[in-house]
Amino acid sequence: MSTTTSSPSVNLKPETLARIDEVITHYPVKRSATLPLLHLIQEDAGYISEDAILWIAQKLELQPINVLEVVTFYPMFRRAPIGRRHIKVCRTLSCALLGGYKTCENFQKEFNTTLGATSPDGEVTVDFVECLASCGTAPVVLIDETLHEKVDAAKVKQISAQIRAEAAARK
Amino acid sequence: MPAPAQHRIIFQHIDEPGYSNDIDCYLRNGGYEVLKKAVTQKPEDLREEVKKSGLRGRGGAGFPCGFKWSLVDRKSGKPIYLIVNADESEPGTFKDRYIMHQDPHQLIEGTMISCFANDVKQAYIYIRGEMPEGARILEKAIAEARAKNLVGPNILGTGYSCEIFVHRGAGAYICGEETGLIESLEGKRANPRIKPPYFPAVLGLYQCPTIVNNVETLCHVKYIVQHGGAEYAKIGTPGNTGTRIFCVSGHVQRPGYYEFPAGTITMGQLLNDVCGGPLPGRTFKAVIPGGSSAKVLRFGERYKGKRKVGTDMVDYDWGVEDVPMDFDSLAMIGSMGGSGGVIVMDDSVNMVEALANINAFYQHESCGQCTPCREGSLWMKKISSRMVHGEARKEDAALLKSVADQIPGRTICAFGEACSWPTQSFLIKFKDEFEGYAEAKKNLPADRLSLV
Repeated sequence: MSTTTSSPSVNLKPETLARIDEVITHYPVKRSATLPLLHLIQEDAGYISEDAILWIAQKLELQPINVLEVVTFYPMFRRAPIGRRHIKVCRTLSCALLGGYKTCENFQKEFNTTLGATSPDGEVTVDFVECLASCGTAPVVLIDETLHEKVDAAKVKQISAQIRAEAAARK
Repeated sequence: MPAPAQHRIIFQHIDEPGYSNDIDCYLRNGGYEVLKKAVTQKPEDLREEVKKSGLRGRGGAGFPCGFKWSLVDRKSGKPIYLIVNADESEPGTFKDRYIMHQDPHQLIEGTMISCFANDVKQAYIYIRGEMPEGARILEKAIAEARAKNLVGPNILGTGYSCEIFVHRGAGAYICGEETGLIESLEGKRANPRIKPPYFPAVLGLYQCPTIVNNVETLCHVKYIVQHGGAEYAKIGTPGNTGTRIFCVSGHVQRPGYYEFPAGTITMGQLLNDVCGGPLPGRTFKAVIPGGSSAKVLRFGERYKGKRKVGTDMVDYDWGVEDVPMDFDSLAMIGSMGGSGGVIVMDDSVNMVEALANINAFYQHESCGQCTPCREGSLWMKKISSRMVHGEARKEDAALLKSVADQIPGRTICAFGEACSWPTQSFLIKFKDEFEGYAEAKKNLPADRLSLV
């Protein structure tokens, strides 16, 4: 990782910057704000860039490695952009017992993509994630911030159609 | 014997038509009255009630809550922190999700009472990253409570002040381990700390005394302060007081969450009477009784021994269906009640494939700081996955078991046990299935459900 002295450039919305300054006040030790800042920046920018890591390090008076090691430890932080929508299918046992693998495969087919990759139109990324703590309504899928329950083949079709309709409406 | 009736004290309002998660609804239902009463009492009296109640932590370990609080170093002069463990991540467990989404003020009231009882001025709710909606609901609920002077400075004019902030995790299971959670809250990788010396009650968050309690546990505290510890202890059985919420998933007709007085319902009653039994045309094969790290139980096996009933020792001879679903009975038969997550597998499941699924989870979630766990969980995953997707050999059964046997007791935190117990117990109870998998695989239907 480079350790330039020039200011790292992050292009954050004013409201993100305001929330960043507010959240730092929640903790007696600045370093505690590392995860909240990573969440806020990822929500704004879509991923954690090298400059974002340097910027957070400066903001919280840390070494860049202190931020990088956090980014690489937690599965939710990503170093590269993904599709506009993020489809996260639960892979763990209770969901698998009720067809979670099939659900994941069906989403990949619907959007002509493979596991972990983004669809050719840039619209969705399909991933497996570990237990989403909704095992009683398996199989479950977290799409962006919304949990979908009992996602069988028919529901995959329905959700996929809705995602495509929303994408078309944006164009 | 038919199952007893549900007794919902924590889930009283869950799924109730018309019940919403805003503060007005909570207040209409008597909300925050217990906090108002609590702040007029002496903190040590409140702690005494919790001790008297016999409440055991609902996060998984079943550690007595009153005892946990009594370990807190109150003489250090350092601030005392309380952290709500809302990292609900043990596969099979999904009770805290419903409390936070549907009845967040119950958690906030329980948290504030516990903070007052322990002279805590700052609390954090550590919620798992995969519950963004839950985090928003909690933040809104805290703001509502602050506006009504129930959280924040000079609560209800008593001079007592306490803040609560929500802190989001980012997808790491190990943050449910309390010292890993503390590291994470400090902005670091969630590598659990070694105990001694880092007992949270003495050297926790920022090296200050810290209490870490599960979401459901804190809701029980509210109930205890409302009704008194002695009254609470009348629910359930001695040593397993109060209610327990069971989260049932997998192959039953009616999966879901069910709350019963602790120790009053057996596995058979829960799965057959409450959850409607196996799916049509199927029979139960195995059940994991307390989250995916708990040791598996095989239908058809018997558990024999002596147990204490009152002051007498009596013989017991149980099948899986006869086992009472409390911490002590499940521990007696070699498994655990854990977090209350019951995962059911029927005769359509191949146990090698189920274990391969579990092993992939634990390999993904090992924090990596202790070699036996990091390497062991990886090799257990590699071997079991290869058996399913590549070549399976008879000797893989013994190999898997030998890897699992070298992990527990050799790691900083209990993850070492958690990741090896599934392999150990599957290999002991379904040894034939692992040794015969290479042959059996040839005849398994090609279109069967993938588990890994």
